[in-house]
Amino acid sequence: MTSGFLRRYSAWLMMAPAVLLLAAFFIWPVLDLVRISFEHRDGAFGHYQRVFERPAYVLVLERTFLVSALTVVICAVIAWPVAWRLATASKTGKLVILAVILIPFWTNLLVLCYGWLIILSPTGTLNAALTGIGLIDGPLPLSGNMAGVLIGMVQTMLPYMVLPIAANMARIDPRIPQAARSLGAPPLQVFLRTWLPLTMSGVIAGSLLVFIMCIGFFIIPAILGGTRDIFIAQLIEMNINKVLNWGFAAALSTVVLVTTLVLYVVGVRWFGVDALWGRQ
Amino acid sequence: MRSSRAANFAVTASVVFAAVMMILPNAVIIPASFNGENYITFPPRSLSTRWYATFLTDPVWRSATWNSFVVAFFTALAATVLGTLAALGLIRFPPRTRSLMVSMFLLPVIVPTIISAVALYGLLAQFGGRGGLLGVIIGHTIITLPFVVVNVIAALQQMDMRLEHAARSLGASPLRSFIHVTLPMIWPGIAAGAVFAFLVSFSEIVMSLFLTGSGSVTLPVQMWSGIRFEINPTVAAASSVFVVLSCAVVMLMGLLRRKQGKAVKP
Repeated sequence: MTSGFLRRYSAWLMMAPAVLLLAAFFIWPVLDLVRISFEHRDGAFGHYQRVFERPAYVLVLERTFLVSALTVVICAVIAWPVAWRLATASKTGKLVILAVILIPFWTNLLVLCYGWLIILSPTGTLNAALTGIGLIDGPLPLSGNMAGVLIGMVQTMLPYMVLPIAANMARIDPRIPQAARSLGAPPLQVFLRTWLPLTMSGVIAGSLLVFIMCIGFFIIPAILGGTRDIFIAQLIEMNINKVLNWGFAAALSTVVLVTTLVLYVVGVRWFGVDALWGRQ
Repeated sequence: MRSSRAANFAVTASVVFAAVMMILPNAVIIPASFNGENYITFPPRSLSTRWYATFLTDPVWRSATWNSFVVAFFTALAATVLGTLAALGLIRFPPRTRSLMVSMFLLPVIVPTIISAVALYGLLAQFGGRGGLLGVIIGHTIITLPFVVVNVIAALQQMDMRLEHAARSLGASPLRSFIHVTLPMIWPGIAAGAVFAFLVSFSEIVMSLFLTGSGSVTLPVQMWSGIRFEINPTVAAASSVFVVLSCAVVMLMGLLRRKQGKAVKP
């Protein structure tokens, strides 16, 4: 009797410890955070009114979403040719490109930011080199502002754009662009009419992934960005640690959470976003 | 013909640009850490190992490093046991159901860490469990669990599940058939998950920023305050420890992947 029960539900029982841990320390506290966001003396949406009506906060939302979108575009432009080279390279070439592209994936984020700080700061390597050869008179503002944040974000996010596009390219039948070429289409037309539309789903998958990860970024804007132009995650942190306004932090978190989940569901359902982590 | 050569050049240029961008911040860290000045520059103006001496002798840095090792060890242990069990359960579902469930298991990677960190911080604060190493270990286990699940499922998909069924139908108990049939074929996948969980936990910063207290500062948190609140060049010495660790992990993962390929071959 008991062994029949164990056998029938063995798969569920093996998943139980992990599911319980996630339920107790991840899903439940996150749902509780969402609940707190609706607790305000002026009604359930009091915190949300502040988020969407105060110009200072709207600006933070806009900045986060815009810089994330910009990161997506820059990553896509750099990643497409890299993925192309990856798809067409020899076996050794593939390994080398992959190893280099995956560096940020293996590196501690603080180390990356610190490395960029050494390079980009007003007294840093790049500014010293540029003033040294007389190209500029004073240091360029490359850190402590959006330029620094963009450089850091593009670097860390590039692998997440290259991999879905490369996976997509590997599935394309090479005879399609060949046919276009043999029918007399010039290279630009071959690119615009065959390669680009055929790789679009990979580009969209990568874009969704990069955007999702960017809007929650905290470390990169905190180290490479300025003290004034902050991201949503920094506003959340400030409200927890300095202002002690949990409800407002919870409302901001809920906005990011809902955006993330909606985009993730869209990505999984139509563009195979989770394929990157080994789904078949 | 000319335009295709131009296109080829443009492709090569972007690949080189991307490669330089990927390598640059890592490449400056190690030379910069041997700087002898009071602030870090690359290339270094004078050479010394004084920041390594500080890193190795200063009790603050030593205890942060020790805490990180303890947290990463127990995180890897918990995530490996729970993640392997979960993967063994997941593999028994039909592919469609399984892929839906795996997407659920991936949620801690998708939800921004700042949100899960704030949420867990709130929960632990209610029960007075904030500030200890246990809270950090729980937080890190949640983040690293998906990586173990994915690695072990990938290994299980490579093996022929009929071998396990054969062992079971010949009368072996589930535990016996796991230890003698399944484990020898998937151990490299499990080990890869464990190694990766260790690296992720050892480098994790956002969860740790919220969950550590004065006695449980981890190495990344100490580096964070070294970067944010004081210009402390010891950070560069600590960073090169991470660079070396990452290289070791990458090599180990490559080795394990090759072992996994061999393990499933009859």
